[in-house]
Amino acid sequence: MVTAQRQESSQSGRFDIENVSVSYGSEKALQGVSFCIEPRRVTALIGPSGCGKSTLLRCFNRMNDAIDNVEVEGLIALNGEDINAKAVDAVSLRMYVGQVFQRPNPFPLSIYDNVAFGPRTQGVRKRDELDEIVIDSLKKAALYEEVKNSMKKHAFELSGGQQQRLCIARALATRPGVLLMDEPCSALDPISTGMIEETVQQLKEIMTIVMVTHNMQQAARISDTTAFLLRESIEEPAELIEICDTNTMFTQPSDIRTENYITGRFG
Amino acid sequence: MNKPANQKKNKTVRFQTGIQESRRAVSNSLIEKIARFRNTRALDSVATVVITMLGWTAIFVLIGIAGFLIHSSIRAFDEVGIWSMIAGTDWFPTSSDARFGFLPAQVGSVWVTIVALAACVPIGVFSAVYLSEFASSKFRETAKAVIEFMVTIPSVVFGLIGLAVLVPLIRTYLPVDSGLIGLTAGLVVGIVCLPTVISISEDALRSVPNELRHGSFALGNTRWQTAYKVVLPAASSGVFAAIMLGMGRAIGETMVVLMLAGNAGIIPTSPFEAARTMTGTIAQETGEVVRGSVHFSVLFALGLVLFVATFIINLTADMILERSRKKWRR
Repeated sequence: MVTAQRQESSQSGRFDIENVSVSYGSEKALQGVSFCIEPRRVTALIGPSGCGKSTLLRCFNRMNDAIDNVEVEGLIALNGEDINAKAVDAVSLRMYVGQVFQRPNPFPLSIYDNVAFGPRTQGVRKRDELDEIVIDSLKKAALYEEVKNSMKKHAFELSGGQQQRLCIARALATRPGVLLMDEPCSALDPISTGMIEETVQQLKEIMTIVMVTHNMQQAARISDTTAFLLRESIEEPAELIEICDTNTMFTQPSDIRTENYITGRFG
Repeated sequence: MNKPANQKKNKTVRFQTGIQESRRAVSNSLIEKIARFRNTRALDSVATVVITMLGWTAIFVLIGIAGFLIHSSIRAFDEVGIWSMIAGTDWFPTSSDARFGFLPAQVGSVWVTIVALAACVPIGVFSAVYLSEFASSKFRETAKAVIEFMVTIPSVVFGLIGLAVLVPLIRTYLPVDSGLIGLTAGLVVGIVCLPTVISISEDALRSVPNELRHGSFALGNTRWQTAYKVVLPAASSGVFAAIMLGMGRAIGETMVVLMLAGNAGIIPTSPFEAARTMTGTIAQETGEVVRGSVHFSVLFALGLVLFVATFIINLTADMILERSRKKWRR
């Protein structure tokens, strides 16, 4: 079923999240989160450190499976289908829901092999087909012009910003319908950040983007919808305080806690 | 006369306080004592000199061993000649027309090492992959403790077990006349090397940052795909170094080969023949040889060959390891 979705990936990429709670062992980190992520829009998750933004993001491609002791409750439906259902294979889910991490994490391989990694896992073997995917992905990630003559170069020779765009290209190569970004610019300089923001603006034409960010200007600049999460005290789990159109949130937040956070009164 | 004795006493006191400090069982009076010693600059510089000298001792000992081996081999080089030893095919050290060719021992060592590596590399590397990528942390801790304990078992014990278990098995199931062959010795040497290979490979695999694993999971790779497509290649130099160190251990292993390899003086054409190794030859013959004779000197020359071989292997492995450690310090 997930395979079928991949083909119509440009069509959808909608998440419905209903009453989701996450606990680490006996400690509840996130409680009762419900909202929906519209297809082909940029949704920003904001909030102070430790409010469960990244934890929530990892629910969307079941990366929490890779961490011991994490339990996710509630319903997360992707295009109407429960992703935590037994029939859904986390491996194919992750091909449809790509992720870019906080720190650039290219594999110790050449630029080409990094991007071709996902398609090769999917079973693409033909050289010209791979070439096409690699070039297309690098172009979408706005890296192609810089590396087109050095595709065999080791990925570690690239700068931090280039490495991060390489990681975006790598995630795009599996033709995902959703791209999760976990503070993708926090380790980068302003120029690289600008390039990645521009890339995100172009990518939302073809896919859904969910981005965790600490930088409120960034959220205001690039996102369409913003969700604000907050953990009010150390004993309580974090909750979703407010989700709405980005403009509305930054001009007329409906919750006083959102206003306090946005105006920099805490966090 | 009184002064040096006093200093010595001070040193022992300081040593003891050091121990107690590390045990965190420091009483107030001890803290004061330590503080007083720390304030004494003279003692500080003495300590620096002592520590520096101790640090260099290891290097001097190594140079000393090399020098001693060379010095003791000079007679063999003069009277037998370096090439007729290294490339000589016959080893008749005690006949009237004595021949001192190292090839039987060198080839024997090579066979035993090949068998040992063939046995321990797949098992060792796969165990390391399992421990680092799949096992629960509880199991990994236990397994690592057991593996590290294995290093401390004297190899003669492994030799004994090999003699009791493996030798009859090989004689029964393989078309050989005797169970005391290069293969038997090689398999047991492989087990002796196993802890080295597992432990160092596992360290190399674990030093690969988790971010890479997560990157691979996020692209839809399974745990196993991640292990062999991302983690193992990323740790390849460290794993290779582990194999090299295991190889150094295999070449240097003495007791097991002495007990199990058969110790024939011919050049073995396969691991299914009795073999003698360089280490085994030295261990067996030094007890009987006339001190100061050509034979005696030749055994030192053989020791020198062994020394050079293991030194090169270990040095290469260390250099590779150091490089692979630097790789992830970003």
